[in-house]
Amino acid sequence: MIDFVKKYEGLWLFVHSPAAIVAAIVAAVILLGAVFAPWIALVNPYDLASFSLFDGLLPPAWLDGANPKYLLGTDDQGRDMISSILYGARLSLVIGLSALTIAAVLGVGLGLAAGYYGGRFDAVVMRIADVQLALPAILTALLIDGIARGILPAAIQQDLRVAVLTLAIALSLWVNFARTARASTFVQMNKEYVQAAIMMGQHPLRVMFVHILPNILGPLLVIMTVDLASAILLEATLSFLGIGLPADSPSLGTLIRIGMQFLLSGEWWILWIPTLFLVMLVVSINILGDFLRDVFNPRLR
Amino acid sequence: MLLIKDLTVKFPSRFGDFSAIEDVDMTIKPGEIHGLVGESGAGKSTVGAAVIGLLQSPGYVANGTLTLGDTDLRKLTPTQAHEIRGNRISMIFQDPQTSLNPLMTIEDQLIETIQSHSDVSESAARKRAVDLLEEIGIKNAAQRIKAYPHQFSGGMRQRAVIALAVSTDPELIIADEPTTALDVAVQSQVLELIQRLAKERQIAFMLITHDIGVIAQVADRVSVMRKGRVIETGVTAQVLGKPQHLYTQALMDAVPPLDRKMGRFRVPDADDTAPTLGDIAENWLLEGQQHDLTGMSLQNLTVQFAAPRASLFRKPPPYVALDKVTLNIKPGSIMGLVGESGSGKSTLAKAITGLVTPSSGTMMLGDTALPFGKSRSRHHPSRQLIQMVFQDPYSSLNSRHRIGDILTEPLWFYGFVKDAEEREKLAASMLALVGMQPDAVTKYPHQFSGGQRQRIAVARALLARPRFLICDEPTSALDVSIQAEILNLLKDLQTKFGLTILFISHNLAVVRQMADDTAVLRNGKIEEVGETHAVYTSPQADYTKSLLDLTPVMPTSWQT
Repeated sequence: MIDFVKKYEGLWLFVHSPAAIVAAIVAAVILLGAVFAPWIALVNPYDLASFSLFDGLLPPAWLDGANPKYLLGTDDQGRDMISSILYGARLSLVIGLSALTIAAVLGVGLGLAAGYYGGRFDAVVMRIADVQLALPAILTALLIDGIARGILPAAIQQDLRVAVLTLAIALSLWVNFARTARASTFVQMNKEYVQAAIMMGQHPLRVMFVHILPNILGPLLVIMTVDLASAILLEATLSFLGIGLPADSPSLGTLIRIGMQFLLSGEWWILWIPTLFLVMLVVSINILGDFLRDVFNPRLR
Repeated sequence: MLLIKDLTVKFPSRFGDFSAIEDVDMTIKPGEIHGLVGESGAGKSTVGAAVIGLLQSPGYVANGTLTLGDTDLRKLTPTQAHEIRGNRISMIFQDPQTSLNPLMTIEDQLIETIQSHSDVSESAARKRAVDLLEEIGIKNAAQRIKAYPHQFSGGMRQRAVIALAVSTDPELIIADEPTTALDVAVQSQVLELIQRLAKERQIAFMLITHDIGVIAQVADRVSVMRKGRVIETGVTAQVLGKPQHLYTQALMDAVPPLDRKMGRFRVPDADDTAPTLGDIAENWLLEGQQHDLTGMSLQNLTVQFAAPRASLFRKPPPYVALDKVTLNIKPGSIMGLVGESGSGKSTLAKAITGLVTPSSGTMMLGDTALPFGKSRSRHHPSRQLIQMVFQDPYSSLNSRHRIGDILTEPLWFYGFVKDAEEREKLAASMLALVGMQPDAVTKYPHQFSGGQRQRIAVARALLARPRFLICDEPTSALDVSIQAEILNLLKDLQTKFGLTILFISHNLAVVRQMADDTAVLRNGKIEEVGETHAVYTSPQADYTKSLLDLTPVMPTSWQT
């Protein structure tokens, strides 16, 4: 019995942490909503034929003059807010997750190698990381955006907007992974099991990925959740500033930018509902990240 | 006088209350040193923590009486308890490095302590602090007192900690493993100091340690603990000399003597596995002896490390970790290597295994020269022939890998066994050979105790079919009874398979039991090398003599 519970220690902590449960439910609902958006959304906000300007600027269902069909109201184009948000979250999550994957692969790979080889290689990688850290994410994004505009033919630029945005976000996030992976690798390098593997003459790649990587996954997983929230926020920021996605394929950030125009005009829901939604998503991911950190670091318990 | 009766400490947990110690009785008179010995997890430190009122939360005293003089320690309010701590009860911890504040001078720390317990002026407190340091044996105390902890050596630091503990004239000092982090020479000075303080100041000491030699040397009375209970208590000579309880007897049997060599330790063999289970592995190892016995000889081996740069323009002279070490390890013999911490023992092991690059000298394995450090290719045959058993069984096995994966790795890596199923079978059989249940292959390292893990580590080393085995402090992280088991195992394997072993240890008694020849290392230089019996009975070097003199031993008459 004790063995069983110890094995599922994380699960036990989870069941006894109300904040983590609520966060997990919120995140799960949003994730499912985003994945199944085409099937559950009332209208397709990308398809001009599926909504009508006549339904524009309808308030949420509990206010006067609302159409009960549109629970959270509509925007100026007559798009259902819920549908826009679901599709927006879908886009935000796709960009966030792919940026995160690129950042993790790049950062963990470089960090592991830096920690393993040390010396000059480590110094070079870490100085690059320092430079990267000195550039604000928005600047990096602008830079990549500018380069993409410069070298890509205009015809495919629109199609590649998502890819450019993803790359920009990934480039500003990999540093976290590299630093964490490097520091954890340094700790593991002094462990005798790594020395035993090196002594045997195992290939450096095997030592890094088969021996060291499983032992440093804990802190990396925590970085992953926290950085997922950062990635989503960064995407929203960039889209809000207009560097990101165009208005016809709105992500959460674009929705908030559109809503800004209605901040003082009385149609508050167009701004506040996507904003609240973004806050809920980011906060719940962060709470889950904190929770994971506690699970992996018994000292903080 | 400290009186403990029926003391029970419980730790609430999800699975009900867990008793860390149960029904502990103990009295410590003024001026008496009461030893508290037992293996890890026996509850020794919990007794000390309960007395001083610093039980780790959520532990609590569930039952029993705790009185110091006429004060009932259990009935104190937090403020009163705070006043008693330091004033009447002090504590000395294991690691002097962490129990002193690195940002305050010794003087400030002493004055702070003195002033917080008695209402004296700063100059009076300073005078008392200087007197204290002189009493504790720090020469030139008036000047040395201005130093920061890092400017003191390890032994001086522990003295300063003791000075802090006695600065308030306590009745009782709890010393929790006060000498475990110290080398023998320093240890004997600290123990002498504790004895002197007990006698001159009539302070009662509770001396918590796992080292029976230390207890034998200084304790007046001793309590042997096991699984939270006091098993035997009495005058030291009585308890250790004529142990009544079976456990105490077994414990005494497991302590390696310094003054003679025993054939094997008398310990019950760990797991009673059917002996035939290990046959597959044994035959496999015997058929793998394609090489003859392989010796190792080192000639003028020097290892230097770059010292930290102090100037931008000049390179500092390198730090010499090994200085022209010449050592000849005869094929099929065990060479013991002893020395204090920092003497270069582990550097020698790392140089042989290629983790550290020597700057000059030669290393010969049998009659082939070993390339140094990075220039040794990953496929060099020595990577298979030389294997190592590490000090810390908790870090030498990859905690994310199954035991089966850990053990079969050398088998496929060196290309011994092609078939995965056969590899697994051989690994299981090897586990039986080192005295473990073969079904351990499906488990993970955290499911095993330190001693069991060390057995697994030995099995992993053997599965590479080594001819030369380096054991770097293989038992210093283990309890004494487990140590005896592992030493027995290594001895058996060595005779069976004719391995050549380099056995590194700081513990002279252990090396005496294991080694055919012994080398004494100090500051990277070999002080003395020779046949073990000769080195121990008629040491040539002064350093060896003093090491032997200072190692705490039990009177021969006590040992059965």
